[in-house]
Amino acid sequence: MRLSTILLIYAAILFAGFLAGRHKAALIRNRSGSASGIHSLPAYHGYNVMLWGAIPALLAIVGYLAFGESLIISNVVDSLPEALRTLPEPQLNLVLNDVRNLAAGPDSIAGAVPDSAIVDAAGRLLDLRNLGTIFLGIAVILLAATGCGFAWYRLDADSRARNQVESVIVACLFIAAAVAVLTTLGIVFSVVFEAARFFAKVPITEFLFGLKWSPQMAIRADQVGSSGSFGAVPLFAGTLMISGIAMLVAVPIGLLVAIYTAEYLSPRARMLVKPLLELLAGIPTVVYGFFAALTVAPLLRSVGIDMGFEISSESALGAGLVMGIMILPFVSSISDDVINAVPQGLRDGSYGLGATKSETIKRVILPAALPGIVGGILLAVSRAIGETMIVVMAAGLAANLTANPLQAVTTVTVQIVTLLVGDQEFDSPKTLAAFGLGLTLFVVTLTLNVIALEVVRRFREQYD
Amino acid sequence: MTMPDGTSRKTFIRTGAQTRELVEASLGARRRRELRFRLYGILAIFASVAFVVFFGYTIVKAGYPAFSQTFIQLEIGFDPAVVDPDGKRERQSLAGANYKKLVTESLLAIFPEVTDRRAKRALNGLVSSGVVYELRDMVLADPDLIGTSRKIWLPVDDEIDSYFKAASGAAQDAAAGRFKSEELEWIKRLQSQGLLELRFNRIFFTAGDSRDPEMAGILAAAKGSFFMLLVTMLLAFPAGVAAAIYLEEFAPKNRWIDLIEVNINNLAAVPSIIFGLLGLAFFINFLEMPRSAPLVGGLVLALMTLPTIIIASRSAIKAVPPSIRDAALGLGASRVQTVTHHVLPLALPGMLTGAILGMARALGETAPLLMIGMVAFVVDIPQTPLDPSTALPVQIYLWADSPERAFVERTSAAIIVLMLFLLLMNAAAVWLRNRFERRW
Repeated sequence: MRLSTILLIYAAILFAGFLAGRHKAALIRNRSGSASGIHSLPAYHGYNVMLWGAIPALLAIVGYLAFGESLIISNVVDSLPEALRTLPEPQLNLVLNDVRNLAAGPDSIAGAVPDSAIVDAAGRLLDLRNLGTIFLGIAVILLAATGCGFAWYRLDADSRARNQVESVIVACLFIAAAVAVLTTLGIVFSVVFEAARFFAKVPITEFLFGLKWSPQMAIRADQVGSSGSFGAVPLFAGTLMISGIAMLVAVPIGLLVAIYTAEYLSPRARMLVKPLLELLAGIPTVVYGFFAALTVAPLLRSVGIDMGFEISSESALGAGLVMGIMILPFVSSISDDVINAVPQGLRDGSYGLGATKSETIKRVILPAALPGIVGGILLAVSRAIGETMIVVMAAGLAANLTANPLQAVTTVTVQIVTLLVGDQEFDSPKTLAAFGLGLTLFVVTLTLNVIALEVVRRFREQYD
Repeated sequence: MTMPDGTSRKTFIRTGAQTRELVEASLGARRRRELRFRLYGILAIFASVAFVVFFGYTIVKAGYPAFSQTFIQLEIGFDPAVVDPDGKRERQSLAGANYKKLVTESLLAIFPEVTDRRAKRALNGLVSSGVVYELRDMVLADPDLIGTSRKIWLPVDDEIDSYFKAASGAAQDAAAGRFKSEELEWIKRLQSQGLLELRFNRIFFTAGDSRDPEMAGILAAAKGSFFMLLVTMLLAFPAGVAAAIYLEEFAPKNRWIDLIEVNINNLAAVPSIIFGLLGLAFFINFLEMPRSAPLVGGLVLALMTLPTIIIASRSAIKAVPPSIRDAALGLGASRVQTVTHHVLPLALPGMLTGAILGMARALGETAPLLMIGMVAFVVDIPQTPLDPSTALPVQIYLWADSPERAFVERTSAAIIVLMLFLLLMNAAAVWLRNRFERRW
């Protein structure tokens, strides 16, 4: 029996249940002679009958999908001959892979004729899988049919079908809302779990305060320099420098753009400028990265040569400038919202006292909008720190601890990408180091976000 | 007392005339300051607009040549002795035939004077090394070609392509510098015989990735992106709308619900690369899902866009006036009925707008996909969401790293395609908003 067949039968039973429930309810209503002769509309009774069958059977299917295969595999392992069963974990997994491939089809195993024990195991695997789906099929049919039947039998004029159906709907809505929390928990658990394994190998103090970052692990244990060093300070410094340059570009320009569009431009000109900024905000970061590497870096380099500087082609300056342009629309759109939220009365009062427009902006509007702007800037900083593609493509890979923005530096995100791209085994400190960095990044950006949202929330209420 | 220009005065009692004098004395400086401030604003706007223009100009200038490609017209004789030596027309032997020889022979027909082995190899280098697959596919699709002779337009090598595209001047001289004198001679002869022609680059839109720039295309990546967005849309839109409805219409006011709300707002600002780490640790390492599959990419992007969709959907629901709900409830509808019959249909356009914008963001996202192994070299067009594949932005990233100069124009062309998709999605969102926006 195949899973798709089971699902089809399942759907058919549920549909029949719906029809039967609706029919019975309609009969009861018609017999009573008035629409109020039954508590709920017939369709609700149909749905109610359907749900009574659907939920238990669905649980069975999910349970099978989640645990069935691993139960079967452990059974197959137990049936393997002693010599194979006592193999260490990695080799055993290779054997199991052979078994799975053989079970998937005779063509899928390349080369030598497989061992007879493996052939037996593959046969057993197939048998157990068949047996499992047959059991599942029977269970699903039984659960769905009895569930529907029970609900159908109990259906009478007083059953509160609508309330039951609606409570199931609301429960589904709640589950959807909880997914966001589950995602956060998933992030925290997966990152913290792997990071904890990393910190078991590399002390956290060395990670946070060490000055040397060279995660290259030796292939053999006896090789020279067999342990990498995982001091992340150069990465933090590089991240801060590039984000700092980005903010130096984005904050003044973004703020001025927001002020000018909100306070000076005519509505028609605003209709022209705003979509352009939205366009800037919609450009994917990989495109910015390409632009930084293809255009900005060579440009900076030639300018540097003209002026007698040595500018690295992966300089922090180039990456920071482009990142600043990326963040600019973010800063300007948040500032624009905040400035527009300042009540007109404040402006009018200032003009009435004889202030010029720029005096009003500098002494009345900006102070009033300051909390919102600060919150927006904090959010922008958190974006700059977490930005990946621009720095991957335009910043360096080597971890230099330098204060010179003309040199190449690397960032936390660049290192996460370089450590994790490609096939990696999951227990080397090199791979796990990426999760240590990820945890740091997550904690820092989360803190910034919480502070920013709190600042915005607390000070926004003044004028409402 | 502090004056607007920052000077302070000791005397507190002034006559009107004195005040007037003071104000007028400071007026010039104040007006100048006003002008300067405006100038800064104009400069800032000018800088951002100039960047957009400069950016668009650079990408389009670098990318548009990739939409055409130089082709060479060759008279290919499908010699049965080469293509099908056993004469049985079996698929396997047809697929393994030496198609390179066909190309060499047709080239030798144009340049009969070439006899030297080394020169023959150089001659072969004029044509893209990928044409053998093209010829093979032609024969496999239509075995009756064997024994006939056809004039076929085939793509040339990328170096010749860039020479041919650089119509004249310094760029062409630079491109010519990369050829040996005899190669240049051949190219000029082909050109004078009208056998080289710039044609629409269909390969770019129909092929997967390739090591040869002239055979590389974006279809595999575009299809990977499509599958990914499909998974994302199917998961994130219903879940996001459901979550928004719960939070706006059903959630009790208590600490747990506050926690969920704070959580959603923060999740929207978590760096995308963190979602990649989640995907790697949870979906790939723990659930053992396949690497490089659009399904996993779609799952990760769905988790990433979910907060965006929830936030947009909530504001769409908030925009539906309470009087609608009151009217429905007053007529005896239950709360679920009120929502499904009235609130949801009215809020749906706003929700869709938010969803499309979220999808557009997901389409341009690269970093999390690098984590879950979607940086594969994918030649075959993926057929299902489980096939190994890559995505458009990842393809851009991969090509941007390639040393061949011809990949620069293909990268830019891929960027143009990606930007067109994004513009289209944004335009759809704007249209939807304008079409269905209601003022209550």
